[in-house]
Amino acid sequence: MIEDIELEALINDVYEYYGFDFGSYSRASLKRRVSRVFYLDGFKHFHEFLSKVRTDPEYCKRMIDEITVNVTEMFRDPSFYMTLRKDILPLLGTKPFIRIWHAGCSTGEEVYSMAIMLKELGLLHKSILYATDINAAVLETAKSGIFPLRMIKDYADNYRDSGGQEDFSDYYIANYGYAKFSEDLSEKMVFSQHNLVSDTSFNEFDLILCRNVLIYFDNNLQKRVVNLFDDSLAVLGFLALGTKETIKYSISPTKYKQFEREKIWRKIKE
Amino acid sequence: MEENKRIIKDCKVVIIGGSAGSLQVLLQILPFIENPISFAIVIVVHRKQSDEQTLEALLALKSQVKVIDVEDKVALKPGFIYIAPSNYHLLFEKEKTLSLDTSEKINYSRPTIDVSFESAAEIYGSALVGILLSGSNSDGTIGMKAIQNAGGITVVQNPVSAEMSFMPNNAILHTQPDYVLNTEEILAFIKEINPD
Repeated sequence: MIEDIELEALINDVYEYYGFDFGSYSRASLKRRVSRVFYLDGFKHFHEFLSKVRTDPEYCKRMIDEITVNVTEMFRDPSFYMTLRKDILPLLGTKPFIRIWHAGCSTGEEVYSMAIMLKELGLLHKSILYATDINAAVLETAKSGIFPLRMIKDYADNYRDSGGQEDFSDYYIANYGYAKFSEDLSEKMVFSQHNLVSDTSFNEFDLILCRNVLIYFDNNLQKRVVNLFDDSLAVLGFLALGTKETIKYSISPTKYKQFEREKIWRKIKE
Repeated sequence: MEENKRIIKDCKVVIIGGSAGSLQVLLQILPFIENPISFAIVIVVHRKQSDEQTLEALLALKSQVKVIDVEDKVALKPGFIYIAPSNYHLLFEKEKTLSLDTSEKINYSRPTIDVSFESAAEIYGSALVGILLSGSNSDGTIGMKAIQNAGGITVVQNPVSAEMSFMPNNAILHTQPDYVLNTEEILAFIKEINPD
């Protein structure tokens, strides 16, 4: 494991040289992630690693892509998706137009899950799905809609457990160990790089999903990001977080009402 | 192991790791720990992804010490039991909070005992006691080493009393645990931590 002081030196340099601010990331996880890249790339001394990051922008980009956690899956936490399908999306379906933001979308599995549900509910044609991430490489994967075939069995199980009743295999074509999802699903998706640490609100949404992203941030940054979501959410819109995340340390509880016991909150006033 | 028995004081956290066969052991220990305790107990066990809340519910029902439902950045305080949620790695922050991480599974597991033990050792050093229970893989050994290196105390369940002996055996083989104890002895050991 690298030392605390080394981690702080790296955070400083990455900010100073490239403007990416990891200063408010949770240290325990960040330290593990940086150590992982350090050893993975065969460095022996931290100053060599630091100097590589400083002098080689391509390498710094790779390092950032590697330290951000990009583990995701389709229909992760089926009961959460069941609630979206049965309660939240039908409510939004009464609107003429549905705007959804997947913040920290990683490789896009959750965005495709959403598109599948919207399609089955007859709502996809009037929806738009913005999907953003700090990491440009994962956005390319997300755009392609191509996911490893070995995961598909789990995804099909999740899909069924979340209330899906169609034949899941109708949504993709399997080839060379990969599943390519139908372009009907991605038609309404817009992918773009966005950094929750430093970028601002860019639209108004009816539903914002940001699942298992805030866990990597300290309390101050969590506060900033939840307020960014608040600024980006229409009144009566919904904010959905990961199953172990909460807004209770971040924003006035009178503004939001939790939806049953799910990690979904409705904005009840401006 | 009476010969090296010593009084453990100034303990802030007792972290317990286990896999297959560890639930029964926990159920023979936790319900018999009396309130109040002067340290926090953190439990990291391998569990099915679908097992969302059943372990918390079961232990909350049986135990006198209050079980906290771990959410990201929850404060880690003496007097409570914390259980690592399924499908996340559990980490310790300097601010004395617990944080979560969804990065890749390690040893086919998330949570991983090694990850939580290493992280706890870093923050709590000699104020940490690590206990490793029954299990059928090698997770936990690296974590036990980290606890020892940081000056903490390590306890391994006696493999003879473990339903699955691989995990405790592996830790005994690769580290020199301070204590190797059977279930009742582990309970007695915990009760004697931080005497008045």
